Amino acid sequence: MADDMTQTSVQTVAASAEHIEYVMRLGDNALILGQRLSEWCGHAPVIEEDLALANMALDLVGQARLLLTHAGNLEGKGRDEDQMAFLRVERDYRNVTMMEVPNEDFGRTTVRNFLYSAFQILLWQKLATSSDTELAAIAAKSLKEARYHFNHSAEWVIRLGDGTEVSHAKTQAALDYLWPYTAELFAANPTDEAVSAAGIGPAWGELEAEWEAMVLPVFVQATLVVPARTPFKTFGKFGRHSEHMGHLLAVMQHMQRTYPGAQW
Amino acid sequence: MERKEWPLWEVFIRSRNGLDHKHCGSVHAPDAKMALQMARDVYTRRLEGVSIWVVKASDIVASDPDAKPELFDPAEDKIYRHPTFYQLPDEVNHM
Repeated sequence: MADDMTQTSVQTVAASAEHIEYVMRLGDNALILGQRLSEWCGHAPVIEEDLALANMALDLVGQARLLLTHAGNLEGKGRDEDQMAFLRVERDYRNVTMMEVPNEDFGRTTVRNFLYSAFQILLWQKLATSSDTELAAIAAKSLKEARYHFNHSAEWVIRLGDGTEVSHAKTQAALDYLWPYTAELFAANPTDEAVSAAGIGPAWGELEAEWEAMVLPVFVQATLVVPARTPFKTFGKFGRHSEHMGHLLAVMQHMQRTYPGAQW
Repeated sequence: MERKEWPLWEVFIRSRNGLDHKHCGSVHAPDAKMALQMARDVYTRRLEGVSIWVVKASDIVASDPDAKPELFDPAEDKIYRHPTFYQLPDEVNHM
C-alpha cells in the first residue's frame, strides 16, 4: 500500500466474494454438523456420552454463530446470524456434504467427528494467522474446541474399532461410508485459490498430507482398514447437496420460518 | 452376547489452583482415560474446575457403616480437642 490514506481505507473496502464464501463455508460446516450432533441429545448410548455430544454440538453452533455473523458483516447486506443460518435456501449453503449425511449410528457419528475435527485442527491453526483479524480470533477460540473433539473421537475410534466384533464391524462400515466424502475437503476450488492468494486462509487441499498423518495412525491402532480412493465426488461446497440436506433444513429452519424474527 | 456394564469412577474436581480436589460425583466409563473425558463433559461444563481426578470406585476402601459407634462416637465427649479453650491474639486472624 502506497500511503496512509490507502491503508486506512482498507477496512471499508468490501470483502471479495471469495472471502465471504470461504467464511460462510466454515460457518455452514459448523452449523450443519452442530445440527446433526444435536440430534443425539437424549438418545446417546449412555448419559455421559449424551452430554459429550451435546457439548460438542454447542461448541459447533457457537462457532457457526461467530462465523455466520462475520460472513454477514463482510457481505454488508444487513443479514444477521439468524438470517444466515435459518433463512437461506438449500443451494446457498456451502458446507461439505459429509456434514449433512445422517448420523446413522454412534460409530458413524464418531468417525465423522474424528475425520472432521482432525481437519479442523489443521485449518484453525492456519487461520489463527489470517489477515482477516476477526477470523483469526474465531480460529484461536475454535482450535481448543476442535482439539477436544479430536481427542474424544479418536479415543472412541480406537475403542470401537479394536473392541468387540460388532463394534468393529459398525465402525469399519462407518469408515467405508464416510471416506469417499472426505475427498471433497481437499478438492481444488477457485474460492480457495483466491483466498489463499489474499493471505486470508489456506486452500484446503494444502492440508491433505498433514490430515492423513493425523488420522491414518489412529485407524491402524483401531485395526480399521482405510478404503482406496474412488472417483466419487460431492459438491456441497458449491451448494449442490445430497438428498439428506432438505430434510435437515426443514427441521432446522422451521421455527424461524414459522415465527420470523423470533428471539429467545 | 455377553453384556458388561462399564465400571464406576468417582470424580474429584479442583475448582481453583491452591484448593483441594473435592469429590463431586461419579461417571460410568470403560477405562481411566475415557473416565477423565466423561468427567470433563459431565462436571466441568460451567467452569467448575481446573483439574480432575478419577478413581475407580472399587479401588476406594471405605469404613464400615456398622462400625460407626466405635469409630466416631468416642470423639463426641472430647470437646477439648476443639481449639476453643484459649484466647487468640488479634493478629492471628482466621484460625
